[in-house]
Amino acid sequence: MAGATIKVQGLTKSFGSFRAVDDVSFEAAEGTITALLGPSGSGKSTVLRMIAGLEQPDTGSVWVAGEELTGASVQDRRLGFVFQHYALFRHMTVRRNVAFGLSVRRVDKAAQRERVDELLELVGLAPFGDRYPDQLSGGQRQRVALARALAPRPSVLLLDEPFGALDARVRQELRGWLDHLHRELGVTSLFVTHDQEEALELANEIVVMNHGKVEQVGSADDIYNRPAAPFVAAFVGSSNVLKGVVWERHVHFGHSIVAGAHAIPDGEEAVAYIRPHDVQITEDPGERSFPVAVERRIDMGWTSKLHLRLEDGQPLVAQLPNEEINGVAAGQNLFANLRNPKVFPRSRADEAAPASDEAVPVAGESSSVGG
Amino acid sequence: MQATATTRPISRARLRPGAAIGRYSLRGVAFLYLGLFILIPVAAVLQAGFSNGLDDLRAALNSFGARNAIELTLVMAALTAVINGVFGTLLAYIFVRMPFPGRDLLSTIVDLPFAVPTLVAGVMLVALYGPNSTVGGWLADHGIHVIFARLGILLALLFVTLPLVVRAVQPVLLELDLAEEEAARVLGAGSWTTFRKIVLPALRPAITAGALLVFARSMGEFGAIVFVSGNIPNQTLTAPVLISQLLNPTNYGSSGGPAEAAAVSSLLFGFSFVVVLVTERLSSRSSGWFFS
Amino acid sequence: MTTVPARPSHPRSRERLIRGALIATALVYVLVLLVAPLAGIVYYALKAGLGEIGTTYNQPDIRHAFYLTGIIMIVTVIVTSVFGVIVALVLARDNFRGKALVSAFVDLPLAVSPVIVGLMAVLLFGRGGWFEPFFAAQGIQIVYALPSMILVTIFIAIPFVIREVVPVLEELGTEEEQAAWTLGASRWQTFRRVTLPNIRWGLLYGIALSAARSIGEVGAVLIVSGSLQGQTETATLYILRAFDQYQDQQGYIVALTLAAFSIVLLIGIETLKRRSTRRAR
Repeated sequence: MAGATIKVQGLTKSFGSFRAVDDVSFEAAEGTITALLGPSGSGKSTVLRMIAGLEQPDTGSVWVAGEELTGASVQDRRLGFVFQHYALFRHMTVRRNVAFGLSVRRVDKAAQRERVDELLELVGLAPFGDRYPDQLSGGQRQRVALARALAPRPSVLLLDEPFGALDARVRQELRGWLDHLHRELGVTSLFVTHDQEEALELANEIVVMNHGKVEQVGSADDIYNRPAAPFVAAFVGSSNVLKGVVWERHVHFGHSIVAGAHAIPDGEEAVAYIRPHDVQITEDPGERSFPVAVERRIDMGWTSKLHLRLEDGQPLVAQLPNEEINGVAAGQNLFANLRNPKVFPRSRADEAAPASDEAVPVAGESSSVGG
Repeated sequence: MQATATTRPISRARLRPGAAIGRYSLRGVAFLYLGLFILIPVAAVLQAGFSNGLDDLRAALNSFGARNAIELTLVMAALTAVINGVFGTLLAYIFVRMPFPGRDLLSTIVDLPFAVPTLVAGVMLVALYGPNSTVGGWLADHGIHVIFARLGILLALLFVTLPLVVRAVQPVLLELDLAEEEAARVLGAGSWTTFRKIVLPALRPAITAGALLVFARSMGEFGAIVFVSGNIPNQTLTAPVLISQLLNPTNYGSSGGPAEAAAVSSLLFGFSFVVVLVTERLSSRSSGWFFS
Repeated sequence: MTTVPARPSHPRSRERLIRGALIATALVYVLVLLVAPLAGIVYYALKAGLGEIGTTYNQPDIRHAFYLTGIIMIVTVIVTSVFGVIVALVLARDNFRGKALVSAFVDLPLAVSPVIVGLMAVLLFGRGGWFEPFFAAQGIQIVYALPSMILVTIFIAIPFVIREVVPVLEELGTEEEQAAWTLGASRWQTFRRVTLPNIRWGLLYGIALSAARSIGEVGAVLIVSGSLQGQTETATLYILRAFDQYQDQQGYIVALTLAAFSIVLLIGIETLKRRSTRRAR
C-alpha cells in the first residue's frame, strides 16, 4: 500500500462571517507523515475535512496523487479517515466494522475475511473480532477505527485529532501504534493535532496553523529551533517571552541584552522567545549576562525550575539540570545568559498571538501551550 | 511551499451534485408530504368556515347548546391540564428519582392510554361506573354520577392524557444535573425547598408544554367522551361532539351543515394551532420530545 | 445521672415518609384512573365466557369491521413510516429557515380534534369539495368509502414515527454516516446499513404507536364513513353501533380485542428493545 502525494492550494472556507481557513497551501510527499498543528479554532480540522470531501472549500483545490479531487464526492475520493470519537458502527461487530469499506465495494467474502484478519493482527486486536464497540476501551476502539480506515488500502490516511479523546497514557500507546503502522504500510498520513509533543514526535513535516492561516511548514527541528513566526515560537515548546528595544542587533531590556535582532532596525520594539533550558545561570557577570533575582526554585526530579526576575521587572523561567545549579536558591542575586533567542518585531508578535506579560507556562506545568 | 497563482474559485453548484440533489429532493418530498396532508386540509377548513365572514360562526354559536358546549370543552380541558400537570410531574419525578420495586411496571402502565383506543377508554369507564355495575351503582346511591355526567368526561380526559405530561417532563428530568440539587442540600435546603427552587424552575417549560398539549388534546377529544357523557346539550355536550352533530343533521337537529361545523372547527382549530406553536417554542428550549 | 438531650426529629426518616406518601399517592391515582377501568373491561368482556368470544369473532359484520380496521392500519403504518423517516431526517439533519414551523405542523394532528379532521376530508372530497370534481370524473369514491377513512387516519398518525425518530437521530449525530462515506458507501447504502439499524428501536416504537392510534380512531372515520354497516364500518364504529343497539357484550369483546392488540404490540416492542440493549452491551 504505497502512499500518494497530497497537495492543497489556496484553500479558503468561511462559516458565515467567520473565516475558518484562509488561503492554506501545502504539500505532503509520498509515504510521509505530516501533522497539522495548531490551537483549537485554527482551522486545521476544517482543512483535513476539505481534503476528505466532508466540507467544501469556498475557493482552492485539493490534489491527491496528481489528480484533482476538489469536486469529487467523499465516496469517490477513496481516502482513509479516522475520527476523534472513533465513529465506529455501534451495531456491527469489530470484524464487520473493519470489513465495511470492502463490503461496500463488493469485495468477495473470502477476500474480506482475509483482509480483516490481516488488519486485526496488525493493530493487535485479533481476539476481539466478534466484540461490539461498546465492549471495547477507547484505545481499542481507535485501533479498530484505524484498521477500518486502512482495510480498503487507501493511498492516503487522514486522522482528525485521533488521540484527543483518550487519556494520556493510552495516547502515548497509540502514538506508538500509529508510528508502527506508518512504517509497516508506508501510507501517506496527515493528522490534525493540538498536541505539539505528538506532532514533534510523529511527523516528518509539521504544518503550523493559527487563525486559519499557515504560520510555518517544516520538520520538527525547523519548527522547534528555527520558528519563522512569533506564534510558532510561542506555541511550539515552551518559551519565555521578553520584550525590549533593539539597538545594534541586540534586544535591550533594562540593563540586559540578548543578541539576535538581525533584521530589525534600531529603536524598534522587539520580542525575544527563549526556551527555559536555554537560560544559563552563572555567578560571574560577563559581557552578555545580566543580573537576575532568584524568586523561587522548584525541584522537579533531575531538573529544577527557577523563577527569575529581571531588573526591569520581567519574569524569566529557567529549567536546568540540578547538577548545573548546585546551591542556587531563592533570594539570591545571580546572572543569566540567554542562548538561541528567537527575535521578532513586537508588531508581528502582537498580532500573531494574544499579548501577555507573563512567561508562557513552562513544560511540566501544563502539557500544551497556547491552548 | 509557495503560493501559486492558479487558485480558481469553484462554483458551489459544481461541487458534489449528487449530494445536493439528495438533500433537496429529501426536503422536497418532506414538504410535499406535509403540505398535502396537513397544509391543504387546514386551508380547506379555514376557507369553509370563514367564506361568509363571521356569519357562519355566529349562526353556529347561536345553535342550541353550542355556546355551552364550547365553554364546557374549555373548562374541562383546563381542569384536565392542571390535574394531569400536577400528577404527571409527580409521576415523572417518581420514575426518574425514586426507584422502588415495580417502578418499571408502573411506567409501562402509564403508557397504556397511548395504546388504548379512545373509544375503548370510554367503554371501560362505562363498564366500571355504568349504572349496571357494582361500583357505578354504589356511587349513584351516594349521589355521585359518573356516566352521563361531567365527572365522567373528566375521568375520560384524565385517562387519555396522562402520559402526555409524564413523557414531556421525564426526559428533561433525566438531563438535569444532580449536582445543582446536591449543592442546595449541602447548603441546608430541605427536599421540598430544593424541589421548589431548583428542580421546578428547570422543569417549568416542559411541564407547561405538556400541560398545553393536554389542553389541546382534551379540547378535541371525541371517542372517549361521546360514549361516556351522554352528549346532553347544555350539560355534557362538548364541542367536538357538537361539531359531529352539526355534520349529521338527519340524526340530531334542525340546524347544521358543513359551513357552521367548519366555523366552530376553525375556532377550535385556532386554539389548537396557537397551543402547538407555543408548545413548539417551549420544547425547543428544553430537551426531549413528548414521547420518550 | 446525665440527661439525654432530646433528639431532633431525624430528617432521614421523615424524608422516607414523604417519599412513601408521594409514591402511594401516585400509585392510587394510576390504579383508580387507569388500572380499574382496564380491569373493568376485561371482566365484562370475559363475563359471558370464552364461547361467547368465539361467536363474536365469527359474526360477519364484526369480521368485516376488523378487516377494514386492519387494512386502514397497514396502509397508514406504511405511509407514515416511510414518509415519517424522510421528514425526521430533514428535521434532524437539515437546516433551513422555518424549521420550527415545520416542526409545529408535524405536531398539529396531535392537537386537532379528530372530528375536525373528518370535516377536512369532507370539505376536500365531499360534494362541492376542492378535489371532488377530479375524483368524481375518475369514478373514484373518496368520502363514504375506504379511501377517505385511510386519508384521515394518516393525517392523525403523522406525528408518531417522526417524534420518535427525530430525538434518536439527533442523539446519534452524523459521524457514523460520515465514516461510512469515507469508506465509499453511497448515501443509500449508508442509510440502509448505518442509519436505519441505528434508529430501528425508535422507528419500531413509532410504528407501534402509529398502528395503535390508527386502529383506535373513531371521530374522524365516523364523519367520513357514513357508517355503512358491513361496508365502511371499522371496529371502532362497530363498537358505537353495538352499544347503541344493545349488543353490549359484543361491544365489550371487540373493544377489549382492540385494546389488547395495541397493548401487546407496544409492550412487545418495549420488551424487545430492552432485551436487545441488554444483550451485548
